[in-house]
Amino acid sequence: MNYREFRYRRLKEFLHAVRNNKMALVGSLTLLFFLLVAIFGPIFVPFSTLEFGEVEDMLLPPGGEHLLGTDDMGRDVLANLISGARISLLVGVLATAISMVIGCAIGIVSGYFGGRIDQLLMRFTDFFLVIPWLPLMMVLAAVLGTNIWNIILVIGITSWPGSARVVRSQTLSVKERQFVERTVSIGASSGHIMLRHILPNVFPLVFANTVLVAAIAITSETTLSFLGLGDPSQASWGMMLHYAFESGAASAGAYWYYLPPGFCVVAVVLAFTLMGYAFDEILNPKLKNR
Amino acid sequence: MKKLLEVENLNTWFHTSKGDLKAVRGVSFDLEYGESLGLVGESGCGKTTCALSIARLLPKEGRITGGKILLEGVDLAAMTEEEIRKKRWKDVSIVFQGAMNALNPVMKVGDQISEAIILHDKTSKEEAKRRTAEILELVEISAKRAENYPHEFSGGMKQRAMIAMALACNPKIVIGDEPTTALDVMVQAQILNLLNKIRKEYRMGFILITHDLSVLGEICDKIAVMYAGKIVEMGTVEDIFERTAHPYTKKLISCFPNIHGEKVIPEGIPGSPPNMLAIRPGCSFAPRCTEKQPCCEQSEPESRQIGAGHYAACHFVRGGEGR
Repeated sequence: MNYREFRYRRLKEFLHAVRNNKMALVGSLTLLFFLLVAIFGPIFVPFSTLEFGEVEDMLLPPGGEHLLGTDDMGRDVLANLISGARISLLVGVLATAISMVIGCAIGIVSGYFGGRIDQLLMRFTDFFLVIPWLPLMMVLAAVLGTNIWNIILVIGITSWPGSARVVRSQTLSVKERQFVERTVSIGASSGHIMLRHILPNVFPLVFANTVLVAAIAITSETTLSFLGLGDPSQASWGMMLHYAFESGAASAGAYWYYLPPGFCVVAVVLAFTLMGYAFDEILNPKLKNR
Repeated sequence: MKKLLEVENLNTWFHTSKGDLKAVRGVSFDLEYGESLGLVGESGCGKTTCALSIARLLPKEGRITGGKILLEGVDLAAMTEEEIRKKRWKDVSIVFQGAMNALNPVMKVGDQISEAIILHDKTSKEEAKRRTAEILELVEISAKRAENYPHEFSGGMKQRAMIAMALACNPKIVIGDEPTTALDVMVQAQILNLLNKIRKEYRMGFILITHDLSVLGEICDKIAVMYAGKIVEMGTVEDIFERTAHPYTKKLISCFPNIHGEKVIPEGIPGSPPNMLAIRPGCSFAPRCTEKQPCCEQSEPESRQIGAGHYAACHFVRGGEGR
């Protein structure tokens, strides 16, 4: 059996496990749906999401030309929803990537070196862990300015402590294995060992954790936008909720304005969470029920 | 011509919460090119610590507190961590005990061997790959298997892959730290013969650490018997087996059944090795020795030459013939 066959078999095993796991199946299908919408949806939408509509188009109920009705500026809700999927997933993926890079780096360095470096890095992590993240995000978003890249950055640098802790504890166990000692003995540097030997061994756990962080990132983006710290030039779901709230859509009975974005946020976050738990179950040998 | 390895009065201590543990206490021996030395002794007698000191791979609690390790005249004990890191594996390499665990499960075996070559020889990836294939063939593994992961290897193959890794940078000395303990007898013999063949071919120094005296008789030129951190007897294979001098060595040999003799149940050595944290004055083997005299409890015997290249540390051995 060569390398490629081995990889292929592992992938097949993984997909098989996903198919047999209801949580994973529901989660990944939901996510796949939103992914397709985000990628291809905007091609089919005939309405602009940013330009204001005519006065007579304001707050039209669902039906007719506008399938999900219009908002208080006369914009099509469905069009907004579809372009919002792009923003939410973009924020989710990029913020998670930033968070994972920081979390992995701090976790592996801390776990591998131990001693004073570990103490220092873990106290730093604790500091970020206990800081009320929402006010911190709000302050950072306000200081850095409200554009989508800053929001991604802010979410990224506030959501890593959990990952750092998970990675550190796994590193502590991996570094005691004999192959690490052997790699030291062939004269490898610490950096080489951490990148080439420890990272690949902690990666399955990191992967499961990543998916959970993505859910948090999307919630955070929605929260920030809802509180008015989002990017006004991007039609994210959080911004829609924000405008709906400001225009009093709830008291005006315009349910089609605030329910769809709310539902979408819940669905995507739930999908990520389900996948996160399911992957953890599949990839974490301790939780395997065989 | 300089000697390959001279170890002079080596002392290695471990710092523990209960005080300093003197794991190796004044060990001296030397090794020529192409020569093999066997280190035997009970568990905890300092064999592995001795080897790890030579390879400068002690855990962080361990420290070489005295003595010299001269490799072709260069003192390894005096080098800084950074200097030793560059020389590691080029001078002294180790075949680890549990090959099963000494390979990274998520890396191809070939890559792990090339890794050692690339780290030291600054060669290109292709060159390292070619060398890896050569070395794998040398240890009788098909070069195609370099693309396999460790879990696709059998136990004996993993051990041979570890040997290949130890040979990757043409080291001057290879240390085998019980390289065959986890394997069955057939594979054990294969591996040891292989190591022996390669050692002679490439004129490498070879230090074999084991509990198994019978293995040493087959493979080694010289044997050093260790007890409580000291070498109690050292000599050629014939010295140790035919002209046994030290009471501990006699006991150790009597523990191995002889296939030619009559059926006897090995009696073992009563008592247990001393507590290394509280070493008493006198000979450390005295409490278990059947030939003990009052003076054994008071003064520690020096290592004395009793024949050409035959040394023993006992008050009651005389030159030439053992007691």
